[in-house]
Amino acid sequence: MLHIIVCIKQVPMVSELPWDPKTGTLKRETAQGMMDPSARRALEAALQIKAGMGRNQAHITAVSMGPPMAKEILYEAKALGADQGVLLTDPRMAGADTCMTAFILGKFVTDHCPDAGLILCGSMSSDSETAQVGPQLAEALDIPAIGYARRLELVHDCVRVERHVDDFMELMEMDLPGLVTIDHAGESDLYTPRYVALGGVEAAFNAGDIRVMDGTALGLNKGFNALTSSPTKIIDVYSPATRKENRVLTGAVKKMVDTLFDDYGKIISSAMGKDLKTHDHEGDV
Amino acid sequence: MSEEKQIWVWADYRNYFQSRVTLQILARASVLAEKTNATVCAVVFGDKVDAYAKEYIAHGAQKVYVTDNPFLKTYNVSSYAFLLSALVRQFQPETLLIGATRFGQEIAPRVAKQLDTGLTADCIDLDIDEKGQLVQVAPSFGGNLIAKIITPHTRPQMATIRPGTFQELPHDDEAKGEVIPIPLPDTMPSPRVRCLKSELQPARARKIETADIVITGGRGMGSKGKFRKLFDLADLLHAEVGATRPVVYADWVSSEALVGQAGKHIRPKVLFSFGVSGAIQHTAALADARFIVAVNKNPNATMMKLADVAMVADANQVCSGIIRALKQRIRD
Repeated sequence: MLHIIVCIKQVPMVSELPWDPKTGTLKRETAQGMMDPSARRALEAALQIKAGMGRNQAHITAVSMGPPMAKEILYEAKALGADQGVLLTDPRMAGADTCMTAFILGKFVTDHCPDAGLILCGSMSSDSETAQVGPQLAEALDIPAIGYARRLELVHDCVRVERHVDDFMELMEMDLPGLVTIDHAGESDLYTPRYVALGGVEAAFNAGDIRVMDGTALGLNKGFNALTSSPTKIIDVYSPATRKENRVLTGAVKKMVDTLFDDYGKIISSAMGKDLKTHDHEGDV
Repeated sequence: MSEEKQIWVWADYRNYFQSRVTLQILARASVLAEKTNATVCAVVFGDKVDAYAKEYIAHGAQKVYVTDNPFLKTYNVSSYAFLLSALVRQFQPETLLIGATRFGQEIAPRVAKQLDTGLTADCIDLDIDEKGQLVQVAPSFGGNLIAKIITPHTRPQMATIRPGTFQELPHDDEAKGEVIPIPLPDTMPSPRVRCLKSELQPARARKIETADIVITGGRGMGSKGKFRKLFDLADLLHAEVGATRPVVYADWVSSEALVGQAGKHIRPKVLFSFGVSGAIQHTAALADARFIVAVNKNPNATMMKLADVAMVADANQVCSGIIRALKQRIRD
């Protein structure tokens, strides 16, 4: 039987982004969450692999590290077809950078899923956008990894991956156990996520529980603190200056278009790399 | 081992004429090196890569470490990460910078983890603080937030750098630099990932992700037929056309055109946005657009608030108006 671990992450859904100015980290507990779109594609890949393998040939564990509310996406993962959901949650895990996140997920896989054959992650989450946790988890587990898969195929004890990386189309192969990240860009429709049927999440809520593990259950040292153990430190977080003039034009279309070219024609022509005539319409009311 | 401080730039030369990110980072490294009295070094792996070493010297590298071996002919993340980590342990640079290409973003996290040091992804600026530390400036949430990050306790300070962020230095044939050959270590393991095929795709003439002008259309364009008009405008502007999710769902355009969290991220110099309301999933992917013209009947649409110029009108009519105006104004 193939044990597939899918690492999923809850990301904030709303436009307001609640940051803690003291620690420079996201106050995830106050943001409304959703499953990261790229992790959702990884889960879809796992479900398709399982569906192609026949009854009881594969077991899918969805695991997430996050605040208690991240349980929601694990219920959703179960509703979609994951066999088991595990939440790693502990205030001492908060503020982990990618290196520490990989360490914690690695500890879970090593100690609690020693039979893991294939580990799937989204290639890049929609919030922090680092694309680092997948490769670093592979490093923590000392297993091979292939990033940005558009299609993966199991061939005996190997996984074969098709990917598009920096203008190169590549076909890669590695032995299992191994880790694959699924391309977040979604250019291929192969792993377009399915959605839960009506009542599906409710059914999953009733079907069984999510296993919740804190630092102690996971076997972390007593003094463990992800924030202070992380090698990177955020010293400042800010919104890029809203330098926009936000000029509002109304009235006749022809006049608006003339204003656009007369006042901003240079910006447009330099982006085009072509000269544009700009008229002066002074007094042209 | 070395007394001098070094800033390393890992060289990604695979698609040399298309991808200039290594040269761009060398330019910035030269500025940082001046501030910290450090030496700029490039690190090149591959088979018969002498010409690249010379090229990097001409673009600002003072030293180039070269491991030249047929074993390294094909980029391989496991071998390259092993080798790069080994060289860092040997020479102990202060800073290691890598282009945020997909391969760069695959190798950098592995090296950082092997060295137990910090790594900041996809930086859009780099500076030095008063303590001489590297300040890594990285966007998140599609550019809606910027974080400044340091690596206080571990070395090297590592960052991947977004292509196009810095301007490369002009080619200087007179520049002097030292090429230092490094033999392939005996301990080099055989790669655990096998590359069965790696083909450079014919350069696509246009790509929405890198286009200087992008035109996006939303439901406000009115219909599938009217949406086609955006392509006429795109031909005049040498632009690429993108779309919102409802438009893709309505099958007005293929899903390839989707601009959004789940689709393409764009960073045009000029963005024309027609009949787009501005859902966060869409706007998150265009935060790097430099100049935005939005057209919408509803002046309160989010997209109109984000625009430099917001035209309150029917998107379809303005599109026609701009096409007419361009035909008169373009000088050939």
